[in-house]
Amino acid sequence: MAAPVYRASLPDANELARERRRARLRRFGGRSVLYSAASFFTLFAALPFAWMLLTVFKQNADLYDPNHNPFLYNSPPTLDNVRLLFEQTQYATFIRNTVFVSVFVVVITLVATVPAAYSLTRLAGRWGESLGIAIFLVYLIPPTLLFIPLSRVVAELGVRNSWWAMVVVYPSFTIPFCTWLLMGFFKSIPWDIEEQAMIDGYSRLGAIWRTVLPVSIPGLLTVVVFSLALTLHEFVYALAFVTSSAEKTISIGVTTELIRGDVYFWQSLMAAAAIVAIPVAILYNLFLDRFIAGFTLGAVKG
Amino acid sequence: MSTSAQVVPVAAGVDRRRYWLDREGVLGPLLLLPTVVYIIALVGFPLVLAVLYSVSDATVGDQSLDFVGLRNFRAAIGDGTFRVALRNTVAFTLVSQLIVMLLANLLALVLSADFHGKRLVRFLVMLPWTTPVALGVLGWLWTLDNVYSPIDYAFRQMGLLGPSIGPLRVDNPVSDVVRWLGLGSVFGTGSNVLWLAQPALAQLSVLLVHVWRTLPLATVILLAGLTAIPQDVKDAANVDGAGFFRQLFYIRIPLLLPIMAVAFLYGIVFTFTDMTIPFILTNRGGPVDSTQVLASWAFIKGIEGGSLGEGAAVAIFLFPVMAGVAALMLRLARRTETS
Amino acid sequence: MAAIEARGITKRFDGGGGAAVDGIDLASTDGEFLVLLGPSGCGKTTLLRMIGGLEPPTAGDILIGGRVVTDLPPRARHIAMVFQSYALYPHMTVFNNIAFPLQAAKLPKETQKQKVGWASGILGIDHLLDRKPRQLSGGQRQRVALARALVREPNVFLLDEPLSNLDAQRRASARDELQQFQRRVGTTTLYVTHDQVEAMGMGDRIAVMDQGRIRQVGTPLEIYDDPADTFVATFLGSPPMNLIPDGASGLLFGFRPEHFVPASDATGDDAVRFPFHVHRTEYLGAERLLYGAVGETRTIARFPANADLPIHVGATSEFAVRRRDLKRFDRETGLRRDQIRGIG
Ligand SMILES: Nc1ncnc2c1ncn2[C@@H]1O[C@H](COP(=O)(O)OP(=O)(O)O)[C@@H](O)[C@H]1O
Ligand SMILES: [Mg+2]
Repeated sequence: MAAPVYRASLPDANELARERRRARLRRFGGRSVLYSAASFFTLFAALPFAWMLLTVFKQNADLYDPNHNPFLYNSPPTLDNVRLLFEQTQYATFIRNTVFVSVFVVVITLVATVPAAYSLTRLAGRWGESLGIAIFLVYLIPPTLLFIPLSRVVAELGVRNSWWAMVVVYPSFTIPFCTWLLMGFFKSIPWDIEEQAMIDGYSRLGAIWRTVLPVSIPGLLTVVVFSLALTLHEFVYALAFVTSSAEKTISIGVTTELIRGDVYFWQSLMAAAAIVAIPVAILYNLFLDRFIAGFTLGAVKG
Repeated sequence: MSTSAQVVPVAAGVDRRRYWLDREGVLGPLLLLPTVVYIIALVGFPLVLAVLYSVSDATVGDQSLDFVGLRNFRAAIGDGTFRVALRNTVAFTLVSQLIVMLLANLLALVLSADFHGKRLVRFLVMLPWTTPVALGVLGWLWTLDNVYSPIDYAFRQMGLLGPSIGPLRVDNPVSDVVRWLGLGSVFGTGSNVLWLAQPALAQLSVLLVHVWRTLPLATVILLAGLTAIPQDVKDAANVDGAGFFRQLFYIRIPLLLPIMAVAFLYGIVFTFTDMTIPFILTNRGGPVDSTQVLASWAFIKGIEGGSLGEGAAVAIFLFPVMAGVAALMLRLARRTETS
Repeated sequence: MAAIEARGITKRFDGGGGAAVDGIDLASTDGEFLVLLGPSGCGKTTLLRMIGGLEPPTAGDILIGGRVVTDLPPRARHIAMVFQSYALYPHMTVFNNIAFPLQAAKLPKETQKQKVGWASGILGIDHLLDRKPRQLSGGQRQRVALARALVREPNVFLLDEPLSNLDAQRRASARDELQQFQRRVGTTTLYVTHDQVEAMGMGDRIAVMDQGRIRQVGTPLEIYDDPADTFVATFLGSPPMNLIPDGASGLLFGFRPEHFVPASDATGDDAVRFPFHVHRTEYLGAERLLYGAVGETRTIARFPANADLPIHVGATSEFAVRRRDLKRFDRETGLRRDQIRGIG
């Protein structure tokens, strides 16, 4: 086959200058589009939260005047609304219930997932990974499919209409999710160290306790954070199982007890939401990469 | 002979039963037991119970499971609200997830570039996913308020909303431009849009909040996929003379397709089964059930109405989609394992 | 075709301490095979990426064909690059991989086909065009990467350790093929490697790099015979050049192990003599190495395996180096103190 003539394609000076201008223009255009897009998405995502925070400190006379610019403080900011929330509503009770539920759920999740994840990564052999994925898929079974039969289960256990109902039910989604997360951690720990411990005379459980757990502390922390986050995010089960206001947690207490259509109460309501939402968001954000690593089922390495 | 006779097996005389806990065949299942029992008791058993309920006449008052065949399903399907809910569920899910796929690709493109304040932007755009959904929706409820919505205020100031004649007409440079573009009062001449009070707008709002809620999830999944594309491949495309769009459509998107499918499936799961958004935002599916979805309808029938059988029958309709998604997810996981 | 030139090119990475590339001046001639040789982490890849336009330099200029291209994007430079990992597009067939630069240049489909056929013919991969990269062996992938580089008829080839992913046997033959291929197409080539055998065997000239700087540029012969400093002297050659401190002059005497012979074999009176205490001999098939010391300094001598040596382990004998094989280096700076013959 005859080779095509080998042709040099050197740009001449004019062409170079044109290329250079074009490159500069493109860079500038690219930056403008980038910053505009970033602003647009930020505004879209943060709008309700911004409005939430702005509302919290507004005085009634300022907020409830449609002619006032809502983006400004036309009267000085006030903390009265936050005070009202804690002094005249059951918000403190909701927080207390939430803390109780969270602590129990976190502990149950840890106690169940650490052995399970270890067993699936180290002892179950070939089908450990598949079983792990199966358990993870359980997490995707929606509460909206299960709340009706679970209401029966909860009733039979005698915890209906109490925050204990959530303690019983929430691990049904925290355990599958966290088992899978923890499996990812255990997989990254070299087997050598526990085998060394076993050769050094420890039993298997002793080796786990002394070598695997200490190096998995970031993993355990992830489990704590996500069982906490999932607990705070949950809404449907709480709504279905608890009706008496003294037993409610924040996400349902705030949305069912504090919404009073007739009374102007939005500042305190927004305070109630923001006080929980922002810390949860920060905590979640710190561990977001772990969350995604689990969610992508190992389809993405690293 | 005499020397070998003195060799004693080390383990002789040791009670082997003492080591039963070290055996993998024993310890493995034992450690797995609590989790498996929990999942069977609180997911597996209820799943079966859900099916049983759907073919029984159980109510909160009388929980005995008397078989009634497909009566609950017939009743559910015969109900106009159910059909609205089914249509809404499908529409909200598909439309919102198609929008999310488009926007998530753009947002991932933005977040994979370097710019000032990127960490803050990332934190803020993640908020809809990282905050408890009920509280975020509460924020929207107030943002889309019928009277005090700041969006309405902004629209009024821009001349997009409110009267274009008379003493209440707003006049400023922006509104002049808007009116010149022929967009004056596109959101009506009243003082408010009433986002949540009119069926069509309420549906749009629910859709919007679904997009808002799942966009961050899809984005971070795509971002994770982007970091898995080797730098060398991107560099090679650059050197080969591919411009931005060629790199986007011939390199980036094709390589991202499997992970995009993962993001899409998760989006489907979370929107299809959601009841929180219509429940809070449009006060349990209003106005007049125009934003009702399967999950919230099951809740209203089964929990609030006390008709467990009918509620369960409605909820069962979530199941095929879930099973389909799970199967696809497994296939994707297996495919990425082998390649 | 075009020569490449770097002028005072410097790269500092954000927060990365010193300079990865530190004020390098380097020029190739048109059509040359120039090898960039240096230990891992010395900045070779960084320099190559700056020439390719993938990394903006902190200071200095890049010229291709005599024109400054520093602020041009890669695609405006008309260069081709072969990466260490080959960077084939995993989702495209071999054909589409090779045709990708042509598609980017918006050439007509017919021309694309013809050129892909030509490039894949040269590299002997025309039977693989329908496969995906993951169905190819390492050597085949390397050829696909080369074909992709060749097909757009670039001004310059930039190759970053393209053979390091091949096994030893494949590597030797690939070295040969690659060099012949470059001779045939005659495109200016900058070839990065940390392997001195590759550099010596393939390069028209070699630029030896260390810690972000060029230590010496010259033909393989010049670099080997006349190292400009102790780094080049010890980086090339295996075993490396011996360096013996000389008490009288305060210099370092450098000589290759094969130039270190028994005094009786060093004919003529221009030989410099050293007492060599032999600790150990090593027989390597084709050659024999003597490990020992001159004074306190570890020293190695090399002989053909069949050489008849009256040497005993543990004994000290008189060895010598011919004067013209002896290089002198400054003990402080490591630079050559005597005349360098090559162009340097
Ligand atoms: N993107 C980067 N960011 C920070 N430091 C880098 C980056 N790339 C390379 N370096 C540093 O620059 C130096 C030179 O690297 P490189 O050019 O890859 O060396 P070589 O290719 O010769 O092995 C190394 O110390 C490396 O750590
Ligand atoms: Mg390198």
